[in-house]
Amino acid sequence: MNETAIDKIRALFPDIDCKEVKGCIVMEVAPALLEQTMQRLKSYPDLDFGLLLDITAIDYLSYPQPKDARFYVVYTLRNWQKNWLLQVRTPVARPEKGLPTVSGLWGAADWAEREVYDQYGIRFIGHPDLRRILNHWQFVGHPLRKDYDIYKGQICYETDSLEKEIKARLLSKGIDESTMKDINTEMMYLNLGPSHPATHGAIRIFTALDGETIMANVNEIGYLHRGFEKTAENRTYNQIIPLTDRLNYCSAMMNNIAYVKAIETWLGLRITDRAMIMRVILSEFLRVQDHLVCLAANLVDMGGLTNYWYLYNEKEASYDLISRLTGARLTSSFTRIGGMYRDFYEGWEADMAHHLKAIEKGVNDSLKLVLQNRIVHDRTQGTCVLSKETAMTYGYTGPNLRSTGISFDLRKDNPYYHYETFDFAVPVGSQGDIYDRMMVRFEEIFESIKIIRQAMKIVPGGPVFVDDHKVALPPKERVYNRIEGLANHFKLIFEGVKVPAGEWYDSFEAANGELGFHFVSDGSGTPYKLKVRPPCFYAMAGYHEMVEGEMIADAVINLGSINIIGGELDR
Amino acid sequence: MSLTLLNVVLAVFIAICFVGANAAYLVWCERKGAGFYQRRPGPMENGWWGLLQPPIDGVKLMTKQLLIPGGVDKAIFMVAPVLAMFPALISFVTIPFSDNIVAHPIDVGVLVIFAFAALGGMSLLVAGWGSRNKYSMISSVRAVSQTVAYEIPLLITTITIVMISGSLNLGDIVQQQLDGFLSWNVWPLHKEVGFNLLMPVSFLILFVCSVAETNRAPFDLGEAESELVAGFHTEYSSMGFGLFFMGEYANIVIGSCLITILFLGGWSCPFGDLGIFPFTHNVGWFLLKIYLIIFVFIWIRWTFPRTTIYGLLNLSWKYLIPISLFNLLLTAGLLKVF
Repeated sequence: MNETAIDKIRALFPDIDCKEVKGCIVMEVAPALLEQTMQRLKSYPDLDFGLLLDITAIDYLSYPQPKDARFYVVYTLRNWQKNWLLQVRTPVARPEKGLPTVSGLWGAADWAEREVYDQYGIRFIGHPDLRRILNHWQFVGHPLRKDYDIYKGQICYETDSLEKEIKARLLSKGIDESTMKDINTEMMYLNLGPSHPATHGAIRIFTALDGETIMANVNEIGYLHRGFEKTAENRTYNQIIPLTDRLNYCSAMMNNIAYVKAIETWLGLRITDRAMIMRVILSEFLRVQDHLVCLAANLVDMGGLTNYWYLYNEKEASYDLISRLTGARLTSSFTRIGGMYRDFYEGWEADMAHHLKAIEKGVNDSLKLVLQNRIVHDRTQGTCVLSKETAMTYGYTGPNLRSTGISFDLRKDNPYYHYETFDFAVPVGSQGDIYDRMMVRFEEIFESIKIIRQAMKIVPGGPVFVDDHKVALPPKERVYNRIEGLANHFKLIFEGVKVPAGEWYDSFEAANGELGFHFVSDGSGTPYKLKVRPPCFYAMAGYHEMVEGEMIADAVINLGSINIIGGELDR
Repeated sequence: MSLTLLNVVLAVFIAICFVGANAAYLVWCERKGAGFYQRRPGPMENGWWGLLQPPIDGVKLMTKQLLIPGGVDKAIFMVAPVLAMFPALISFVTIPFSDNIVAHPIDVGVLVIFAFAALGGMSLLVAGWGSRNKYSMISSVRAVSQTVAYEIPLLITTITIVMISGSLNLGDIVQQQLDGFLSWNVWPLHKEVGFNLLMPVSFLILFVCSVAETNRAPFDLGEAESELVAGFHTEYSSMGFGLFFMGEYANIVIGSCLITILFLGGWSCPFGDLGIFPFTHNVGWFLLKIYLIIFVFIWIRWTFPRTTIYGLLNLSWKYLIPISLFNLLLTAGLLKVF
C-alpha cells in the first residue's frame, strides 16, 4: 500500500474518516452514505474496487472499549491491479432495520449478506433473497451474536424445499410453467446432492431440468457448518490452529500458515528466515497437493479413473513425506505464532527432491492422457464458461479467476515471505471454461515445483522460532528449572498469546484463492472475533451462473473444476 | 444334426457355464487390467493373484439381501435383470466357435443375435423406469437413445457383410474367410467386391458400436457413476445387480464374437490351414481373437473419459450412420460390378 491510495480516497471522500491499518485503508461510513460510497468505490475508474472480498459484521456487545453502535458491518474490497485493500465499516443502529444491500453492485454480496444475516441477524434492505445460508432454516437465533448461548442445542431436521427459490430463478430467466405446457410436459426438478458422488462432500445442487439441460439452479450449503468462527471466539490463538486445518483439508497446512501469518502481521513479529522459507516450501508443496486432488477428482467426474491414480499415487506418496516432515499426514497443525512447531528432519532435501520428480512424472503422464484427448476437449472446452466480469463480481480468486485471464495472484501482487525474489510465472487462461481451469492448475503445479526447488537452494540455518517468550514457549529445561520459564509457559498455555487490541485483515494466496482472516482483538489471548474469507464460498456463490444452460454432466465436472471444499465452504 | 431335447438342454447349460465363467473372470481381467494401466496390482488377496476373487464375489452377491425399495413398480423391477442376462445367454446358442463347436447353427443367426440384443436394450429401459428414481429414469432415457442410435450403424455394417457373404448364417460367413488373414472381411481387398477401401472403416464402426451397445466407457452414459449415482441399477442389490453386471460382460463377449466372425475370420488361422496343430482352423484362434478384442475393450475403458450424451448421439447420427450407409451403397455397387 502506498500513500497515493489513501490520499486519493481522502480527496474523493473528504467528509469520511480514513485511516490505514496494516496495509489496508479503513473507512468509517455512516449508514446513510453507504450506498453512495460503495457505488463510487466500485465505479470510479481510478478507484475501481472490482473485487468484493468479504462482508462480515462485528458484535461489540462485550467489547471492553465502548462503540457508537452494537453492530458494525465491514465490507472488504480490493483493487487487485493497484494492490489496494480497503475496508468500509458501517455502524448498524438497529439490526432489524439493517442497511441497504450492495448485491446490485457485486454478485458476491448476495451470499455474503445472507451470511451476515444468518450469523448476526442484520437485515439488508433490497436484498433479493435474504434467508439463512450456513445454519438450517429452522434454526432460531443468530449464533455469532455475543449473547447467543453456545450450549443451547437445536434440533433441525426438515428439508428446505427450495421450491420458491428455484421458481423465482426460473422466472428471472423468463421461464414459467406455461413454457413447458406448450409441449405437454413438465420441468423436472433434480437434486444433485447433498449426498451424491459428484459433490465430494455435502452440497445440495438443486436443478430445474429440461431434458438434461439445466434451466435454473439454486444451491444449498451449510451441511458441514460446524461454527468455526464461534468456536474460535472461545479458544486461545494457538488453540485455533488445529481448527484451521479443517478449513481446506486438501491443503491443510496453508490454512495454518495463513492464520499465523495474519496474527504475526498484527504483532509486527518478524519470524526467522528459516521458518519463512520452510513456510514457502510447505505452502507450495501443499498447493501442489491441493491441485493434484482437485484435478484427480475432476477427471474422475469425467470418468477418467486412470488419471486419478496417476495423480493420487503421487499425492499419497507425498503425504508420507508430509507426515515425516510435520508429524501428521492430513491435519498437521505445524505452525505456531512466531515460527514452526519444529524443524525438518535431517536429509529431507533428498526426499523432497525425489517426490517432486515423482509428482512431475505423474502429472506429465496424466497430461499425456488429457492434452490430446478429443473427448476431454469436447467436454471441457467452451463448457461452463466463467467470464471475467462474472468472476470479478462474484469474488472469484485464485486459479478460478486466473483461468478467465485475470492474472491476480497475491504472491505477485502483494508479495509476502519474499515471494518477489522467486522466479515463477502466473499461468492464466483465456476462455474461463473448464479446460482453462484444469490447465491453469496443471501449470501451477509446475510453477510451484519451480518455487520449491529455488527455495530449497537457499534454506538458511538457524532456529525456527522467534526468541521472544511472549509468543514462543520457552525450552523445557527453562520451564522446569527457572521460575521465569515456568511463568512464561503457564501464561502462554492458559491465557494464550496476548494480541494488542485492534482490528485487521490479512490475506494469503491459498491453493483455492485469497484466504483472508479478519480479526478483532480485545487485547486478550482469545480473538474477540475471527472471520475467515474462504475462497470456496464465493466460488460456490457464482456456480449457478456457470451451469445454467449446460447439461447435468457439465454441472458435475464444473463443481470439480472450481474445487469446492466443504470444510472451507461451510466452516 | 437332429435337435433333441437333450441337445438343447446341454447347449443352454454349456452356454450358461461359458457365459458365467466368462462374466466372472472378465471382471477379474478387468480389475487386473485396470490395475495394470493404473500402476497398482489389482485384486491380490484371494487366491494366487486374486484368482479366487470372482467366486467369492459371487457368493457375496448371492448372500446379500435382495432389497426391493418401497416405491418401485415391482413386476417390472424384477423382470429387468432377467431381461439383461437372458438374451445374452440365448445369443450364444447360434455363435459358432469353430466349424463343429456350435450349439445350434441357425440359418438366420445374425438376425437372432440382433433380435436378442435389442431385447437387452429393453432391460435398461425397464430397469430405469421400474425403479421410480429420477437418476435411473435419466439413465434409461439415455440408454434407449443410445441403443437406438448405435443399433442402426451396427445393423447397416452387418448388412454390408451379409451382402458380401450372401448368407445370414454365422458359420457360412466364417467359411468364406478361411484362406489366411488376407481373406478376412476387414481388408479392402475381397474376392467378391474387388477393392473396397471402406471395409476397415466398417470394421471400426462395428467396433465402436459394440462398445456403445455394451454400455462400456467411453459410452457408459447409462451408468455414469459420477452423475447418475449408478444409473439404471442404482436401486438393485444382491443378484439383481449381479445379473446386470454379468449381462454386461456377457454382452461384451457376444460383441467381440460378432466382430471376430464378421470381420476377423472367426476360427480361421491367420496363416491359412497349415496342417500342423496350432496352425489349423480351430477354436483356439477364435478364443484368441475374442480375448484380444476384449483386451482392447478394457484398454479403452481405462484410457478414455466418458463422453456426454450429445457427443455420443452426434457421433452416431452425424458420422457413423452416414459412413456406414455410404459403405452399404458402395458395396452393393461393387458387388454388381464384380
